[in-house]
Amino acid sequence: MKEQMVKAKRWFAWAILSIFVAGLFSIPGSVMAWEPKKPVEFVIMAGQGGGADRLARLIQSIIAKNKFSPQPFIPINKGGGSGAEALRYLQDKKGDPHVVMATLNSYYTTPLRSNIGVDIKDFTPVARLALDTFLLWVNSESSIKSVDEYLAEVKKAGGKWKMGGTGTGQEDSLVTGMLEGRFGVKHTYIPFKGGGTVAKNLIGNHIDSTVNNPSEQMGFFQAGKSRPIAAFTPERLEAFPDVPTMGELGHNNMVYFMQRSVIAPPGIPSDVQDFYVGVFKKVNDSAEWIKYTNDKSLGRAWLTGNDLTDFFLKEREVHRKLLMDAGEIK
Amino acid sequence: MDIFANLIDGFATSLLPYNMMMITLGVVAGLFIGAMPGLGSVNGVAILLPVTFLVPPTSAIIFLGAIYYGAMYGGAISSIMLGIPGASTAVATTFDGRPMAIKGEADKALVAAAVASFLGGTISIILFTLFAPLLADFALKFGPAEEFALMILAFSTFIGLGGDSILKTLFAIFFGLALSAVGLDVVSGQSRLIFGDITGFYHGINFLVLAIGIYGIGEILWTMEIDKGNVSLSKANVSLKRIFKAIKELKNTWGTVLMGSFLGYFVGILPAAGATPGSLMAYGIAKSASKTPENFGKGEIKGVVAPEAANNAASTGSMLPMLTLGIPGSPTTAILLGGMVIWGLEPGPLLFIDQREFVWGLISSLYTANVFTLLINIAFIPAFIAVLKMPFTILAPIIFVLCVVGGYAPTNDMHDVWLMLIFGLGGYLLRKLNYPMAPVVLAIVLGPLAERSMRQTLIGSHGSPMVFIERPLSLIFLIISLFLFALPLLKKLNLRKKLESL
Repeated sequence: MKEQMVKAKRWFAWAILSIFVAGLFSIPGSVMAWEPKKPVEFVIMAGQGGGADRLARLIQSIIAKNKFSPQPFIPINKGGGSGAEALRYLQDKKGDPHVVMATLNSYYTTPLRSNIGVDIKDFTPVARLALDTFLLWVNSESSIKSVDEYLAEVKKAGGKWKMGGTGTGQEDSLVTGMLEGRFGVKHTYIPFKGGGTVAKNLIGNHIDSTVNNPSEQMGFFQAGKSRPIAAFTPERLEAFPDVPTMGELGHNNMVYFMQRSVIAPPGIPSDVQDFYVGVFKKVNDSAEWIKYTNDKSLGRAWLTGNDLTDFFLKEREVHRKLLMDAGEIK
Repeated sequence: MDIFANLIDGFATSLLPYNMMMITLGVVAGLFIGAMPGLGSVNGVAILLPVTFLVPPTSAIIFLGAIYYGAMYGGAISSIMLGIPGASTAVATTFDGRPMAIKGEADKALVAAAVASFLGGTISIILFTLFAPLLADFALKFGPAEEFALMILAFSTFIGLGGDSILKTLFAIFFGLALSAVGLDVVSGQSRLIFGDITGFYHGINFLVLAIGIYGIGEILWTMEIDKGNVSLSKANVSLKRIFKAIKELKNTWGTVLMGSFLGYFVGILPAAGATPGSLMAYGIAKSASKTPENFGKGEIKGVVAPEAANNAASTGSMLPMLTLGIPGSPTTAILLGGMVIWGLEPGPLLFIDQREFVWGLISSLYTANVFTLLINIAFIPAFIAVLKMPFTILAPIIFVLCVVGGYAPTNDMHDVWLMLIFGLGGYLLRKLNYPMAPVVLAIVLGPLAERSMRQTLIGSHGSPMVFIERPLSLIFLIISLFLFALPLLKKLNLRKKLESL
């Protein structure tokens, strides 16, 4: 009887000890891995319904569906001033670990075009998820089938050719500027609120051409309502195997990408940065993301850390030159 | 016949017990989301999006559709009961709904709103069922020129009113237009009227901030002045007999309901317009067409049914460009669109062919959701009325808190809360001077749409305004608006003739 008691006591002591030991090992683990303690603000530097917004909401859905984060990501649109509002907001959130932002190319162009007191060098890089591509589109009722025919028609119109796109100084207008600079043609550029509206106006014949992203035209393209005539990419796109690139047609360096990246405010501790990089790495590897990017012909382009900052700074210089060529800045 | 076969298949999907449960849950959630200011259907759908990953795609979109639908009904509740628009689409409902509640006719207003919403919703779903592909082509015909002409038409419905002073109405419209110019200029990309460099103005003035300020805060100030510190109780009664009587009395308004439904539907299917302009226009037309426009703004039942029929019709309408063109007609449908994408449903012209079960399941669920919402809504009316019986000294702080939350929620920015309080004070003073406030709200909603479409058209035509009259649809709209502009003048001439003949 007594012996049994001793045995039980000894067993009990061992149990206590092993719990302690386990605890000791687990404590450093829980201190090291930072996790958000409240919902994460997911700022979108564009308005509701546009390409950037749709992508950010898709990412939010993927995070929520697969429980990649213990706290939800709440999308908030701050599209004012071509993203100036969002950039200033992030600047003011210096050191706040519960904010991240989905960016697009206005991340470079907006601070270049007007002095809003933001230097993108200060922000904390998280991850580049994708590079979106641009194509030259016409309505499928149009007789135009090649870039040469396109240029001939634009020249014939004598400056009255209507090119639709997003806001002036944003990506679509820069691609249009690239076309004009290279071929010496003139378009009448009509800015719309978002890429979806641009696409719809092309199908309704209210404008003559666009430089939409594939995702914006995909629905109409599949229904045979629009026709891509060239891609501003280094290689042919998988979803459009018959569409030549500008390079193939002998027009070198006519390549333009829209980056889809996530950044955090300045002054974020590295363990917080690691947490977000981890979350977006999981998004990047998720089945939903792979399917979406394939369907929409969106190029997956994972990049993180200092390489991402270098990429941002390099792209900023590219855009400085594009804006100067377009006469937007001096 | 093809349509009916599809629809019956659709009902077979949406009437599954599981989907019926999703509809009921969605409608109840939507009703409360809609009734909470600042938590409009946009946020409601966004918050509940993750819930939908637990169920199959068709059930999920039915659930979201039901929330969206319930929220449209719910928006009217706080507009009528508290005078704060629960959602942007319900702003026009405050114009006459709140005065009705003050008169002790809250139950009548709530019944009217529910029945009108039901009819508006049902009519537009029928239109949707019969003519969806056809109407998608119609929406494509709408270019910038047509959009601008439609906006002019909307403004003219508010000028040709008769009742209020025309000069004061014009002032109110221009004041609203000036406010709507704040923020980013779409065409040049430059910021305007940001008062030095106040970042809060970068996103423009959110019109819900203006509406909550004027109607919510303004209402509190107004009641305080009238009561002069006396504690007053709203006269509010409710009984089954009164509800039936209210339904019976609605037969005088069926013309207004029809007008609101058709108008709301057509405005709803235009990409980028949505339910808010639709409901405001319906209100304006109901007032212009009325024989007693002076009663509007003082508790006219037609001023409740017109916007309510229109906003529900428009919310169904705005599903059309989303499904067929892949362009969301409103911020809420933008989020629905995001949901569809993750379920692997590609919106666009092919959706109706490739995803029959989904599309018709959704359409048929709208019919079901509509019936459910009406029943649930009427069942809740006694509970809403009980809230109204609270003394003003308790109600006012609640309203104030809801206003602040409503101002803060859409942008998470304290700047908007301060702005809302300033608008409340300003709106109260303007109201004391007999300035109509509805045109200010109209102008801030429609101003940006009108400006953008006009400038897009003129850029395309190289500055020639002739395009507006060369395009047939735009010409028709402009002729109607010219007539509405001239209406007060014609009425005056007519009146003078009558006086002379006496």
